Amino acid sequence: MKDGAVLEMRGICKFFPGVRALENVDFTLRQGEIHALMGENGAGKSTLIKVLTGVYPKDGGEVWLSDTPVHIKSPQDAQNKGIATVYQEITLCPNLTVAENMYIGRTKSPFTNWAKINRQADKLLDELGIPVSATEQLGNCSIAIQQMVAIARAVDMDCKVLILDEPTSSLDEQEVQKLFNLMRDLKAKGVGIIFVTHFLEQVYEVCDRITVLRDGKLVGEYIIEDLPRVQLVSKMLGKDFDDMAEIKSGSESENIDLNGTPVYQAINLTGTTGIKPFDFEIHKGEVNGFTGLLGSGRSESVRAIFGADRVTGGTVKIDGIPVKIRKPLDAMKHGISYLPEDRKLDGIVGDLSVRDNIILALQVMKGFFKPFSKAQAEAFADEYIKLLNIKTASQDTPIKSLSGGNQQKVILARWLLANPQYLILDEPTRGIDVGTKVEIQKLVLKLAAEGKSVTFISSEIDEMVRTCSRLIVMRDGKVVGELKGDDLNQNKIMATIAGGESK
Amino acid sequence: MKKFVKLLVSSALVAAMACGICACGGGTTPATQAPAPTDAPATEAPATEAPKTDALIKVGIINNDPNESGYRTANDRDMKATFTAENGYEASFFYSLKNEEQIAAAQKFIQDEVDYLLISAAGTSGWDGVLEQAQKAGIKVILFDRTIDADESLYEASIVSDMAKEGQQAVDWLASQGLSEYKIVHIQGVMGSSAQIGRSGALDEKVKAESNWSIVKQQTAEWSEETAQQIVQAVIDSGEKFNVIYAENDNMAKGAAAALDKANISHGVGKDVIIIGFDCNTWALEELLAGNWNYDGQCNPFQASYIDDIIKNGVKTKVVIMEEKGFDAKTITADDVKNYGI
Amino acid sequence: MTANEIKIKSGTSVKDILGKIVRNQLFIPLVALLLLILFNLVTDPGFFKIALEPNSDGNMVLSGNLITMIDYASELVILAIGMTLVTSASGGQDISVGATIAIAGSTVLRIVKTQSPDISGAKFAGIIIVSFLLCVVVSALFGAFNGALVAFFKIQPMVATLILFTAGRSIAAWINNNDNISITDKRFSYFGNFIPGISVPTPVFITILCLVIIAIVLKVTNLRLYSQSVGINASSSRLNGINPKVIKLLTFVILGICVAVCGFIKVSRTSSITYSVIANNIEMDAILAVALGGNNLGGGKFNLSASVLGAYVIQFLTTTLYKFKEIDSSSISAYKAVVVILLIIISSPFVRRWIDDMKNKREAAKKDLAMAAASADEALNNIESETGKESV
Repeated sequence: MKDGAVLEMRGICKFFPGVRALENVDFTLRQGEIHALMGENGAGKSTLIKVLTGVYPKDGGEVWLSDTPVHIKSPQDAQNKGIATVYQEITLCPNLTVAENMYIGRTKSPFTNWAKINRQADKLLDELGIPVSATEQLGNCSIAIQQMVAIARAVDMDCKVLILDEPTSSLDEQEVQKLFNLMRDLKAKGVGIIFVTHFLEQVYEVCDRITVLRDGKLVGEYIIEDLPRVQLVSKMLGKDFDDMAEIKSGSESENIDLNGTPVYQAINLTGTTGIKPFDFEIHKGEVNGFTGLLGSGRSESVRAIFGADRVTGGTVKIDGIPVKIRKPLDAMKHGISYLPEDRKLDGIVGDLSVRDNIILALQVMKGFFKPFSKAQAEAFADEYIKLLNIKTASQDTPIKSLSGGNQQKVILARWLLANPQYLILDEPTRGIDVGTKVEIQKLVLKLAAEGKSVTFISSEIDEMVRTCSRLIVMRDGKVVGELKGDDLNQNKIMATIAGGESK
Repeated sequence: MKKFVKLLVSSALVAAMACGICACGGGTTPATQAPAPTDAPATEAPATEAPKTDALIKVGIINNDPNESGYRTANDRDMKATFTAENGYEASFFYSLKNEEQIAAAQKFIQDEVDYLLISAAGTSGWDGVLEQAQKAGIKVILFDRTIDADESLYEASIVSDMAKEGQQAVDWLASQGLSEYKIVHIQGVMGSSAQIGRSGALDEKVKAESNWSIVKQQTAEWSEETAQQIVQAVIDSGEKFNVIYAENDNMAKGAAAALDKANISHGVGKDVIIIGFDCNTWALEELLAGNWNYDGQCNPFQASYIDDIIKNGVKTKVVIMEEKGFDAKTITADDVKNYGI
Repeated sequence: MTANEIKIKSGTSVKDILGKIVRNQLFIPLVALLLLILFNLVTDPGFFKIALEPNSDGNMVLSGNLITMIDYASELVILAIGMTLVTSASGGQDISVGATIAIAGSTVLRIVKTQSPDISGAKFAGIIIVSFLLCVVVSALFGAFNGALVAFFKIQPMVATLILFTAGRSIAAWINNNDNISITDKRFSYFGNFIPGISVPTPVFITILCLVIIAIVLKVTNLRLYSQSVGINASSSRLNGINPKVIKLLTFVILGICVAVCGFIKVSRTSSITYSVIANNIEMDAILAVALGGNNLGGGKFNLSASVLGAYVIQFLTTTLYKFKEIDSSSISAYKAVVVILLIIISSPFVRRWIDDMKNKREAAKKDLAMAAASADEALNNIESETGKESV
């Protein structure tokens, strides 16, 4: 046992049908440290966490908690032993109040003094600087607040080990800072924190140590100072990092004829989702983007373009010809594809096979009475699995058992197969690994070079700067600016989003 | 596609609503078709006796749902045909298979100050309170079809069917056939219903008492012809021999006969298997007339004339047990079919 | 297909094949069916005996336990088809099918009863066709009513269909003025029994016809993909251009048509109807058939063959229980319940997963590492060389 270790895992193995998800993985967490667990999608991070929290039984290896070997039977058991987890997806009950969510399953007596618990909860929330009342219904809070409540719940359980699985993916910058402060406080109190994230910057901002996994195997454990960013990435990918800088050449945008007829043009497009009427156009071969804070209306705008929500007014022209887009199928028939923001809720059809998920959109466009032959569907699926290098056991594997990045690739494959003229990608890189992020950005540029138009939305501004030649900036449901050329830089974008500078 | 869907939805809703409305009104329309029972005393109340200008006798009638069975349908039609304005009545009807709803309805009728309360109770208990209220309000109560657990002083009269008697009559008839051996397939109604208990009881006793009577199969088909058909089919498939089908209602007897037809087992007068049914549906009596069945026991649904007699001529006996007939295929006439078929 | 995948495929052993069979959705209902047959065979050695004998019309017909069971399972099998589709798309069940069968049957009798038994064959055929078509239309409309409540008003299927569950039998009685009908025309009973000159019960043919039709429908339309997709993730389906409301409505209409066929067979079997008990509790049996087939009652993926097999298991069980003299009338439902509970437990996702887990553990320990770990080397290379390849 290493000095000061609160948790030690030795030789952990876990098997799934046809897959070794974990093979002889060691992991050590010391008291009062923030330890990043890094790896690409499918590297085994989530599996390791799930073994640790008793969601999956392990198929081999040992776990020690503060020098005592333990057997963790269930998530409840893990909780009792002082291992608290905050998952990427909110696992709380939206129809209960904040306080109820924080204390559910933890009160021992059958009679609960809710007034007292509400007071306790309010106090804790206040300490942590979470702006919510204990009696608020959780479902009414933003995703960020829900995440914070989940952390508050974990914190209040006096845990020794706190696992944060992608906690920041739906938080904005300010909220992330709040979370980091919270993590540092807990670290000072001696809590060991396992931090799983895809954001490299965040790792270097807050972590002490990094453990890297690849393909279910341990690559190594490093002190943060010893491992520069580029090396981390190359360890994760198992090769020298293909530098991101390569992505942007900047030359594509010059080929675009911005004076010609736009591929898609909207005038005064009005929806019911709280955005102001807006004008928008995109040209052949152009990549543009919507940016703004969470809730600024950037997703709502593209949903209106696709007819995903009810459209109440405005004119839409495809190649200069007025058309009516009232529902997604209209948009699809006019050559528009839309990769939705929430992959789990709006993107994947979980139980269906990878193949069915890939052909879905094209099949719907072809029509109810014209199903593809099995051979044809298999050929499509095969082509795109290869093309996008989707890691799946087979075409028949349910999409839900793929890792996040591969799920996203399947959805991308679905819309590429539909062969759109105009492709809308709403947060295609959220919650997926660095390697896939790069792949997707390259793909976007490649599509544009082939003459497709792409709208690309990402919370990571550097990704947008790299891929887009024009950015529409939104605030409070309104378009507040449009940036291109030399204006496309971090500072300028930030300033426009914040609205400090009028233009 | 969209238009088609809209059309589909709207027509479905319209159809459903139309059905709902008609179903509500439906109960009253068939009254005119009800056959008039002939053997009941003093049926016809001449219009002159109760002139329309005079105050009509107000009766509140609480019955079970007429959809429950053919018996109940016939009973309801009989009541509706008798308690008319021409006969000097102003009748209000309430139907429910739930005791508490019936009691609530009785209370409402008391408030409405009816002269007579006619009750066919869904359950036997819980009626004391409301009957006392009726007594205080000077409303006379007559029970029909079903009796209840309440003090006799609380009601004027009770007109009941004796299910055990029906069963006994049928079993006696069967015994009179003088077969050397009785191998019986006994198809029961819903277990625990008064008709099932009454009709099963007599047969069970006889089988116990006689050495040459045996039950090949005893099973409930819950009044359903198709279930009865399946049960008899199962017996046939198992290869067991039998020569009597004792089905506790006509529909189940019909299902049983269908199974026999499939297996080429002859049934009816002078044939291999004797078929016994109950309730005297018109079509069942026609089967008797054709010699395809052997016996059908009546469960007399025509209580209205008895009640009419009590209201107009006073109570003679407190508990009136109705006459029940049983028809033998050898003696049944076309007139019987017309008069007693329900 | 990656190289690794091929390696594993070629290494398939007998054990893998066994494992595949065990994991197949048809496995459990099939085992249940075999167990029931075995049980019958032990208690009655002549169980498989099938005879060809004349019936009372002098028609040579097949008879025997198996024939009886398959014959009487017809309605349940046909219902299971529709119920499976409704379950898949709407994630709930229609509990009104028993009551709507009463409506369908009553509609048929309403037309047929008006005809005298001595009309000519051609005219009689016309009457039958008219009555059947009308019954299909009526049932489809009631199906659409249920479907509209579910799809457009977003009422839980069980609650939505509760309306017709309650009112259906009254409507059925009202259609025929509450008459206790008995059709004397022998020809009407052909559809529930035997057609002269044919030795196999007609309902068996009707069932096969229905199965063929649904197989064709699933083949030439995207019904399977759409209803599964809607059942799994309606929001996602909508964004892919599917109209989930229409699909839900459609499945209820299909179930309505199945109900019409069932109602027709039922009233033809005995040429009569008892409104209050016709097809009594058949909705429960149909739902059980779907569950027994290992289908998720919460919607999504479905396996129609498994449901059909489940329906046969249920009917075999019912008929088996009727065969036993020792089983008391009042306790027959209890016996049935016990067996059903056992069957449902072994076909539950929980037990299936448990069986899977046991298998996996053993397999994984032996087998070489897996396909999913296609190396990261390929990852970036492929994308560069192949992106932008277009389809269709």
